[in-house]
Amino acid sequence: MTSQDRTGLEVDRLTHRYGSKTALDGVSFSVEQGTFCALLGPNGAGKSTLFALLTRLFVPREGTIRVAGVSLQENPRAALAMIGVVFQQPTLDLDLSVVQNMKYFAALHGLSGREADKRIGESLSRLGMAERANEKVRSLNGGHRRRMEIARSLVHRPRILLLDEPTVGLDAASRQSITEHVHGLARDDGLTVLWATHLVDEVGDSDQLVVLHQGKIRADATSGEIRNGQPLAQAFARLTNDCEAAA
Amino acid sequence: MNAYLTSLIGITRRESLRFLSQKGRFFSALVRPLLWLVIFAAGFRAALGLSIEPPYQTYITYEIYIVPGLCGMIQLFNGMQSSFSLVYDREMGSMRLLLTSPLPRWWLLFSKLLAGTVISIIQVYVFLAIAALFDIRFSLAGYVAAFPALLLSGLMLGAFGLLISSRIKQLENFAGVMNFVIFPMFFLSTALYPLWKMAEASPLLRDLCAYSPLTHAVELIRFALYTQFNPDAFVWLVALTALFMAGAVAGYDPERSAILRRAG
Repeated sequence: MTSQDRTGLEVDRLTHRYGSKTALDGVSFSVEQGTFCALLGPNGAGKSTLFALLTRLFVPREGTIRVAGVSLQENPRAALAMIGVVFQQPTLDLDLSVVQNMKYFAALHGLSGREADKRIGESLSRLGMAERANEKVRSLNGGHRRRMEIARSLVHRPRILLLDEPTVGLDAASRQSITEHVHGLARDDGLTVLWATHLVDEVGDSDQLVVLHQGKIRADATSGEIRNGQPLAQAFARLTNDCEAAA
Repeated sequence: MNAYLTSLIGITRRESLRFLSQKGRFFSALVRPLLWLVIFAAGFRAALGLSIEPPYQTYITYEIYIVPGLCGMIQLFNGMQSSFSLVYDREMGSMRLLLTSPLPRWWLLFSKLLAGTVISIIQVYVFLAIAALFDIRFSLAGYVAAFPALLLSGLMLGAFGLLISSRIKQLENFAGVMNFVIFPMFFLSTALYPLWKMAEASPLLRDLCAYSPLTHAVELIRFALYTQFNPDAFVWLVALTALFMAGAVAGYDPERSAILRRAG
């Protein structure tokens, strides 16, 4: 495997402004392939802006994004084909069945017929959702809907998976189950995962942790190194408070 | 199968399934023109005398006159409904899902547009079938010839809806669109009255009518139902479709669009 193949996601000096307000200020970090990286930041830290840029909802004026070595700015279609996304807001058609939702998504990625059916089946099984394939999404609970969205994001076999606060609004059991599933995707399937959250209990010690606050990176190491024997919540509070004190 | 075709079929299937699951939408799409046809036109036929002008070769009743206009109305409402659902999709996030597809954005928007047009054509034919029960019938060739006309008028009105959806920031603004776009467009067209009748009331109104996009759509459909071709309307529709589509694509362009920034 060449070094480029090991590259998951590279974000370099990314800056984004809304008018005069700077939402992201020179953000740089990289995530190796097969790594679960948690992007931790309080509300308003710039996480959603970063996700909007990573999914090309809008285009960065400054800085670059590379997905598995491919520039999102120079070759957006090849880069987007390698990205799976789970948005913070649910993006499901409630009146369609699980499979109908999945087929629509597969078609958006140019997949149809037997190949699409096969991949949809695999993704649903991977997330333990195979037996719900023909249920209407409206009848699923919040946890299952989220799992379905994760399964859907895997149909086109992406190299990196972006999840924007995927556990918001879920109960503790669903939250834990989804967090474990996605850790498994990084560990067992070699998927690069960027998981945005503001909840410290979703981050494991061996996970890479990028702390974003007021549009800047405040820490980038493994979670164990960052917390350094303290509870992560305390370390996180210290990192974000220090910045506020300095500001 | 080619990725472009696959996505087009996928988007059309999704729009059709959504349409079928929303029974109320189908019902109101049919009841609205039928009310105009059965109640409004019946009351109005006595008040309005119609002269003979192309494509008609004989005196016609008012009910017959307004059928092409009501076909246009169905497509106008459907175009606006698709546009409404796009704004809704944007607020709900489904739009972001569509836009993360690796296919070019103009193609995704065009597929949306074509899917909406197909749905509007189905509605129009169901309406024409019900109109036939009220003895308002056209020749078989007329029904067939109407298809390409409906396709073009549906694309134009759908592209108009897309353009509006790319400029509207919030769902709440849609009531304004209904009042300030749909109704003026409908009334300022040849859907309900011929141009010469408008001219009797006011030359300015007549001119506004003559240049309204819906007028060209209605006239192309009207001529097609009598197996005639209206070249002026055709040229106008092609030009307007291209113009509206270009505006919509620019509106959804991530490098230029300001509208999607809210989502961040």
